[in-house]
Amino acid sequence: MIAFMFLGHDALTLIWFGLLGVLICGYAILDGFDLGVGILHPFVARDNQQRRLVMNSIGPLWDGNEVWLVTFGGALFAAFPVAYATVFSSFYAAFHLLLMCLIGRAVSLEFRSKVHSVPWRRFWDTLFFLSSISAAMLLGIAAGNILSGMELGPRHVYQGSLWSQLHWYPLLVGLTTTTLFALHGSIFLYLKTEDELQQRVRRFIMPLFCVFVAFYVAITMSTWIHVPHSRVYLNLHPWLWIVPVLNVFAILNIPRAMHLGRPGYAFFTSSSVIVAFACLFTVAIFPNLMLSTVDPNFSITLWNARSSHRTQAIMLVVAAIGLPCVLSYTSIVYWIFRGKVKLDSSSY
Amino acid sequence: MDVELLSRLQFAGTIMFHYLFPPLSIGLGLQLFLCELAYNRTKNLAWEAAARFWTRVFAVNFGLGVATGIVMEFEFGTNWAAYSRFVGDVFGSALAAEGIFAFFLESGFLAVLVFGWDRVSPKVHLFSTAMVFLGSVFSAVWIVVANSWQQTPAGYHIVWHDVQGVLEPRAEITDFWGMVLNPSSVDRLTHTLVGALVLGAFFVSSVSAYYLLKQRHHDVARRCLSISLPSAVVFTVLAAVSGHDSAQKLVHTQPAKLAAIEAHFQSSDEPSGLYLFGWPDVESEVVHFGVKIPRMLSFLVYSNFNDPVPGLDQIPAKDRPPVWLPFQMFHLMVTLGSALLLLASVSTVFWWRGKLESSHWLLWALVLSPVAAMAANQAGWITAEVGRQPWVVYPSVQDGVEMIGLRTSEGLSESVTAQQVLSSIIMFGVIYSLLFAVWIYVLNAKIQHGPETVDQLRQHKDDQLESFRESISHGGSSLGGSLMEDAT
Repeated sequence: MIAFMFLGHDALTLIWFGLLGVLICGYAILDGFDLGVGILHPFVARDNQQRRLVMNSIGPLWDGNEVWLVTFGGALFAAFPVAYATVFSSFYAAFHLLLMCLIGRAVSLEFRSKVHSVPWRRFWDTLFFLSSISAAMLLGIAAGNILSGMELGPRHVYQGSLWSQLHWYPLLVGLTTTTLFALHGSIFLYLKTEDELQQRVRRFIMPLFCVFVAFYVAITMSTWIHVPHSRVYLNLHPWLWIVPVLNVFAILNIPRAMHLGRPGYAFFTSSSVIVAFACLFTVAIFPNLMLSTVDPNFSITLWNARSSHRTQAIMLVVAAIGLPCVLSYTSIVYWIFRGKVKLDSSSY
Repeated sequence: MDVELLSRLQFAGTIMFHYLFPPLSIGLGLQLFLCELAYNRTKNLAWEAAARFWTRVFAVNFGLGVATGIVMEFEFGTNWAAYSRFVGDVFGSALAAEGIFAFFLESGFLAVLVFGWDRVSPKVHLFSTAMVFLGSVFSAVWIVVANSWQQTPAGYHIVWHDVQGVLEPRAEITDFWGMVLNPSSVDRLTHTLVGALVLGAFFVSSVSAYYLLKQRHHDVARRCLSISLPSAVVFTVLAAVSGHDSAQKLVHTQPAKLAAIEAHFQSSDEPSGLYLFGWPDVESEVVHFGVKIPRMLSFLVYSNFNDPVPGLDQIPAKDRPPVWLPFQMFHLMVTLGSALLLLASVSTVFWWRGKLESSHWLLWALVLSPVAAMAANQAGWITAEVGRQPWVVYPSVQDGVEMIGLRTSEGLSESVTAQQVLSSIIMFGVIYSLLFAVWIYVLNAKIQHGPETVDQLRQHKDDQLESFRESISHGGSSLGGSLMEDAT
């Protein structure tokens, strides 16, 4: 039954840390573009027809994209229960705000076109924009706090508050993720739209890229200075430098690919940038899941947060059966809904 | 108010609101599948019109189920951190499995179900509908397994972990299948699923009966009733049978819960009677205004009229659940279930004899029936969850070794204050009230709009074919380039 028991507990723990990284990458790439579409939609779409096109570009996809976050939550619960318990109770207020944003997005997509009235649509359009941009921001703020460490007291009890989480560094990370998702979303929209709407989307890509590069430089410098522990593993294993170097090339490749008229390649590249950020994040926090700024001994690490050997082995079997299925029907759905977005009787 | 009470209120409120949607998704999913199956068999467009209509209703409901479900996935961590550390190995595994096996399946094929009508063949569409239904069933499987494990834990042991010098207990899996197939899993899962299927059958009957009363969409309404009424009979009977099985096992697995739902305070050597209704008073341990059938409880529990059922006095006072709420909710569920069984049977007989459409009182009863079915589903869960207090995880004996349980009061997040929980309750209260209003409004709009007529649908299909032909003759593909294909 538990074929993976032959792997040691430590090896399984590392595999699960990696798998959580995969889930986060999947979530950030997929929900990243639909959050980006939500952020851009009041600006790129001129009239109701264009707004519907923009919303329907993610119509069949957003729901599956959010499942990556839900599954990440479940996997964290199963593989590192102590981290699940502490992370979500520490981010109590911020996380509830994020949940509200996700609910807001879901229902504004669902309800916007169900009733034909201008104030009704305007309400849901506003909600869709606000919840998308706030969700992108909050995800970045959470990542920033995890990166810089949190006020974790003895026995996993968090001592900070929402206000101590809204520190300049996490806010900067939040702005970076927001612009990255907006850029990623604009390339996705460019792929899915045509004619005039596509030209309008095109005008947003370069300015967004420039803002993103500015934030990228700022975040790199401030992480270097403000978060010294993030460099420990880079110094220990110099070959890891390949990740930030490739990341720089990937970022520069986005305008190149757009200029060459290859938006599919640009989308692939912006996805790679997200993966590179996720890898850097992983390297920076390792082996902590939540670093304590009160006393490093209070930190939640892979080793004190993990579930039992048997559970991690069982869950690896579950993942080995489940992930190929997930990937196959995700690809089927993306294939069925490939190509330019068109409105029909079943559209939002 | 204290954190415990507030956190329990928040959990109860958010889960009950969430549970408005999944049972309807499961129940309506089956009805939708049957309509589409009928279309695939007969190629009659009225069936497709029905399936397209139910899909629109389904999509609204499903969207709200997803939105409110994300909250549940994380609420264990936000409000119940100590509980999450205790059960992470077991409960976390079930939640993760639900994500991988159920949610991806549902959300992936939902896209084809809702948006794929004009993109894929009827067979592929039917397959997608089946997958969405299967996904919602898998989701119920994992979450009910996880809940049942807390009620009747099995396949685990307690390991004490040293957390910075203090020992902390955690439940860890020893036998995966023992955990999944714990003593109450199968019964409770069956009863939960059947409850959802009952709701779906009455929901479809309700809307169809409404159309018959309003003299609209006759063709679709009659067809749907021919599926929903017989299935309502089958599922209400199954609900009674599975409910009886579940309750019978309680005397062995959770005697305190059984005593509470029957308000059976004192044990004695005499056979035990069954209260049909009443007003239990825990202080004086009596049931006011109660009507009791002698020996009936003994019969229902042991299938004979003689053996006494143990009372609440067998349980130490600190381990007793509340009595009033589980008693009333259990009786409400049984009453509503019996009424629905009667309604389904009478309606089916009338329909069989061709008298249903002229019996307006019966059609109106069908129109109102989903409210009763929904209330029965909710009441059942209140019975189950309040009846297992004060435990969030029951203590148990595994292989002769006693395992400690976890009290609800021991499961809270240490770092969360009453203030924070109160704020989040207010936030959920406001947003969920708005959502509820919008849901009712949109649902009503969908139902008032109703299905397309067969002619409209035929016209739509001709248009679709025309635009497809046009795009081919223009040399471009209407489906456009793929995502990874480069635009020129």
